[in-house]
Amino acid sequence: MRAYLPSYELAVPRTLDDALAMLRDEPGVWRPFAGGTDLMVLLEAGKLEHRKFFSIRHLSELRGVGDSDGRVRVGALTTYTDVRRSEPLTRHFPMLGRAARETGGIAIQNRGTVGGNIANASPAADTPPALLAYGAEVELISASGARRVPYAEFHTGYKRTVMRADELVAAVLLPRPREGARHYYRKVGTRRAQAISKVCFAALAEVEGDTLGEVRVALGSVAPVVLRCPRTEALLKGRRVDGELSGAAAEELAREITPIDDVRSTARYRSRVARNLLAEFLSGLSAEGV
Amino acid sequence: MTSDKNIGKPVPRKEGRAKVTGAARYVDDLSLPGMLYGVTVRSPVPRGRLVGVHFGDGIPWDEFTVVTSRDIPGANYVALILNDQPYLAETFVNHAEEPVLLLAHPDKYLLEEARRAVKLEIEPLPGVFDIEESLARAEVVWGEDNVFKTFLVEKGNVEGVWDTSDLVVVEGEYRTGAQEQLYIETNGVIAEASPGGGVVVRGSMQCPYYVHKALVKLFDLPEEKIRVIQTETGGGFGGKEEYPSLIAGHAALLAWKSGRPVKMVYDRAEDMLATTKRHPSRTRHRTAVTRDGRLVAMDIDFVVDGGAYATLSSVVLSRGTIHAAGPYNCPNVRIRSRAVATNVPPHGAFRGFGAPQSIFALERQLDKVAAAIGLAPDELRRRNFITKGETTATGQVIREEVDLPGLLDRAFELTDYHAKRERFARENKAGRVKRGIGFASFMHGAGFTGSGEKYLQSIVGCEATADGRVHVLSASTEIGQGTNTIFAQIAADALGLDYETIEVVRPDTADVPNSGPTVASRTCMIVGKLVESAALQIRETLRGAGLVGDAYTGEEWARACAAYVERNGALKTFTQYTQPEGVEWDDERYRGDAYGAYAWAVYVAEVSVDTLTCETRVEDFVAVQEVGRVIHPVLAAGQIEGGVAQGIGWALYENVVWRDGRMANGQMTNYIMPTSADLPPIRVHFFENPYAGGPGGAKGIGELPMDGPAPAILNAVEHATGVALDHVPLTPEALMDALAPEAVGA
Amino acid sequence: MTEAPGKISISCTVNGEAVTLEAHPFARLLDVLREGLRLTGTKEGCGEGECGACSVLIDGELVNSCLVPAAQAEGARVLTVEGVADGERLHAVQRAMIECGGAQCGICTPGMVLAAVNLLERTPRPTDADIREGLAGNLCRCTGYTKIFDAVVRACER
Repeated sequence: MRAYLPSYELAVPRTLDDALAMLRDEPGVWRPFAGGTDLMVLLEAGKLEHRKFFSIRHLSELRGVGDSDGRVRVGALTTYTDVRRSEPLTRHFPMLGRAARETGGIAIQNRGTVGGNIANASPAADTPPALLAYGAEVELISASGARRVPYAEFHTGYKRTVMRADELVAAVLLPRPREGARHYYRKVGTRRAQAISKVCFAALAEVEGDTLGEVRVALGSVAPVVLRCPRTEALLKGRRVDGELSGAAAEELAREITPIDDVRSTARYRSRVARNLLAEFLSGLSAEGV
Repeated sequence: MTSDKNIGKPVPRKEGRAKVTGAARYVDDLSLPGMLYGVTVRSPVPRGRLVGVHFGDGIPWDEFTVVTSRDIPGANYVALILNDQPYLAETFVNHAEEPVLLLAHPDKYLLEEARRAVKLEIEPLPGVFDIEESLARAEVVWGEDNVFKTFLVEKGNVEGVWDTSDLVVVEGEYRTGAQEQLYIETNGVIAEASPGGGVVVRGSMQCPYYVHKALVKLFDLPEEKIRVIQTETGGGFGGKEEYPSLIAGHAALLAWKSGRPVKMVYDRAEDMLATTKRHPSRTRHRTAVTRDGRLVAMDIDFVVDGGAYATLSSVVLSRGTIHAAGPYNCPNVRIRSRAVATNVPPHGAFRGFGAPQSIFALERQLDKVAAAIGLAPDELRRRNFITKGETTATGQVIREEVDLPGLLDRAFELTDYHAKRERFARENKAGRVKRGIGFASFMHGAGFTGSGEKYLQSIVGCEATADGRVHVLSASTEIGQGTNTIFAQIAADALGLDYETIEVVRPDTADVPNSGPTVASRTCMIVGKLVESAALQIRETLRGAGLVGDAYTGEEWARACAAYVERNGALKTFTQYTQPEGVEWDDERYRGDAYGAYAWAVYVAEVSVDTLTCETRVEDFVAVQEVGRVIHPVLAAGQIEGGVAQGIGWALYENVVWRDGRMANGQMTNYIMPTSADLPPIRVHFFENPYAGGPGGAKGIGELPMDGPAPAILNAVEHATGVALDHVPLTPEALMDALAPEAVGA
Repeated sequence: MTEAPGKISISCTVNGEAVTLEAHPFARLLDVLREGLRLTGTKEGCGEGECGACSVLIDGELVNSCLVPAAQAEGARVLTVEGVADGERLHAVQRAMIECGGAQCGICTPGMVLAAVNLLERTPRPTDADIREGLAGNLCRCTGYTKIFDAVVRACER
């Protein structure tokens, strides 16, 4: 443990209102602390720069899966284990179930939360690509009310988001994909458990006859943020799936992502794998008779 | 009255209950009154001149114990072989993370704050960071030429062979990377020290007497003033062979100056960045073979990267050199080898100790040779396997029966090798997942190399107490491999007693004789044999005193012990190693009987390669070996399985990322060792062929399983992909670069 | 400076016993158990939630105690390796770990035992894939996991 604990604070507000009041009264001073699976690692390494946190893990109104205006509402404190155990989520949003299953190991899944995965804003997080592909909205709350932001607009740069200093992530709202839509999720992380992804790929496609309808493609670990790829999506929409389209889409995807070399992988590998996974996603569509 | 009630049986592990209940006490579980915590301030640069130390503001420095090289009472070097590594840097630093200064304080949180507040002012000097740079002598960073050690092994004459017209000559170059031991318990010690009382160190370690020897020099104290006690040790794999001498010295220096006990336990990041790793290597092969597959000449150039100080590199190089030509009968062999210096933290002992590196190269090279002459890889090996009466590269005549073809047959039968070899080749023409199967055949020598055991002169003691219990006294440590259990089995059978009657005493240099280090696959074969002898002497003593006859019950034994102790005070025997007759070794020419015995093995790996991601997965693994007699079937299989897992890690996952001489991925998150989801079932089979020189017929076993996986896996990857890859770790990134045309847009 | 300011009082149940202790709210549950309660069976292997040596159960769920701040243990029901056996009588997982050779150096064993106990509570008849997944957050460097799988299989046969 390399942190000097006395210079840190971890408050425990009694209620959600108390928590929001802390954010309102001293914006930027306090930050939320949920499952701790990222922040504790930074703390132990002596690299947690912010000093004042408040724990929200016990605020049960922010946890759980429900319905909201025909969409599925996933509370911010819903853990990966909760996701895996939720019938509506795993049935309608299988990529989310898979992302939860492939995050860390059981102990991490019991603590890590969907909201934390978003707010932490790591480009290597495993659920955000699935959330982007599902067209999620994020509900933010503050003492002055709530607002909703398309998740595709949530991340504005490396570890930066549209959240104001007085806001908390309250929930994620997911529109149910159309019956028959194709879901494709793959995390590439060298080992099968406890891995941080080198590339994480999520795509959702509606297929009409032999042509592609609405397509969403999102990737993790290939840019400073988890990335929706609108140019690649636009290129695919309304087109017949064939080898030529696949090649063109892969080229477009390669231009849309900006992977880097780091201790986990190389830009070249990430770019090639991203293209290969897109090709596999598309060939899966045609193989099933598109 | 000997028995065979215990050897060969899966008796319960001696400390099993303590380990599964959490009762076992490791060093970090211990606390002494008034204890301080200690940390090390390390160089952030790989090479330079130390010009100043600045203690930052905001820290109550007067509360801290601060130790620099000037506080060292004795010699400022870690006594080992060349004694070139300082405990604390004086003027120059030669690698990043080199220890410069030590701090101690009762508050471990404040201690970290203080460590951050110390700024070392170092004028950087250019360094060398890999084998090529070191050999090119861009900078001379050690001695006159950056070379720690060279060896030359010659058998027959390789010169003049190459131009013979009917021979095929094949060349290859092979590389292996550094590997972190990654024992789950990090290095740690607690030291007490005072000018009057001497030094007592408790800690996690493999070799208490190495630490003892080093502390004698560091403190310039007589041997009896230094006491080293091994605590329960959470894995070593070589990583706690020489390194504990360093951390023990550091903690003891802080204790010496502060007058209080000092605990020093590294966190994972420090352990990964600062402590030893497996030596990276480069091996060049030139092989001459007849068109029908007879090896005629092997010319091998083997180089290991030793890091900044000599430490054990010469011995690692020696073992790698001797194993470089493998279990094959080749009339002409030349092995030239060098250990070179670079400005990275010293590389050190790790299971296999140089042999996995040179064996990887050889077993890849032989697949290449087989392909060059259009022969199946197994057929090439079969035509050259060493047999009884033939000689190894050092000219050692093999005196025991060796059945490598039998091991190969069994391994192939268990894996359905031939059918899969053919089926995969056919099926791989289509599909994105390619499958392959490959193997490696190899040997591993047990015990110290050459005359090493003769110089060590290990001693083991046995003591029978008045209640008839027998204590085994040795410095050989239990580090998870099962020392306590097998020593008890050996002693119990030597005496015809129950396993529970035997207790293996915790190594403490005040109580146990020096039975040598716990390394080199020597604990069972060499030290175990001494345990057997010492136990037998107890019995002979009782018999000579007329207290027991040829046969006795447990009660009769206990009564005899009681009577002897009553009459003579104590019943203790000691046995010292003597080299068996007929063993000859020439240290100058590196010829002769390199090891008392070898374990022999054939390992088969089946892999799949996903061409979308170039991730290689081991789908099945079979390890067939002959290890003399198996003392404990569960522990022995556990040794093989664990070694194979480490070998799979080295082959495919474990990549040390270096940046300017520092490990850039020193976290378990980014240095990828296999999880339970990544490993195949590891199937282990033993051939038993009792070896007269070992206890109950046993040979050494611990390092052997590290040798085979990497070449077997890369041979399988070549079978799967058609591309020859000659370096480990074979990361997906490297494989993708090699397969690029096929992989993109698959 | 040995007493960190800002300590709070935390009440929870550890191995069936109610305890109240003083700790910094950010102190790791791992340290609270090991130093505050002297329950040293829980081990630190990495301090980054990667190796699982510090695994304990909180309210029946497996967690890495190095990632749990003390403040979040308020009111929790904590089970450590010391509380797995019923007095002198070992849990089936513990017995099987000894018999099958699932413990070598023993440092990952406490966490592995808890992961296995938790797996069998959730899935009394686990498949091979269930076992691999259930233990994947607990790294072992000694065994290659084979003997640990054997132990889990044997434990659920009882």
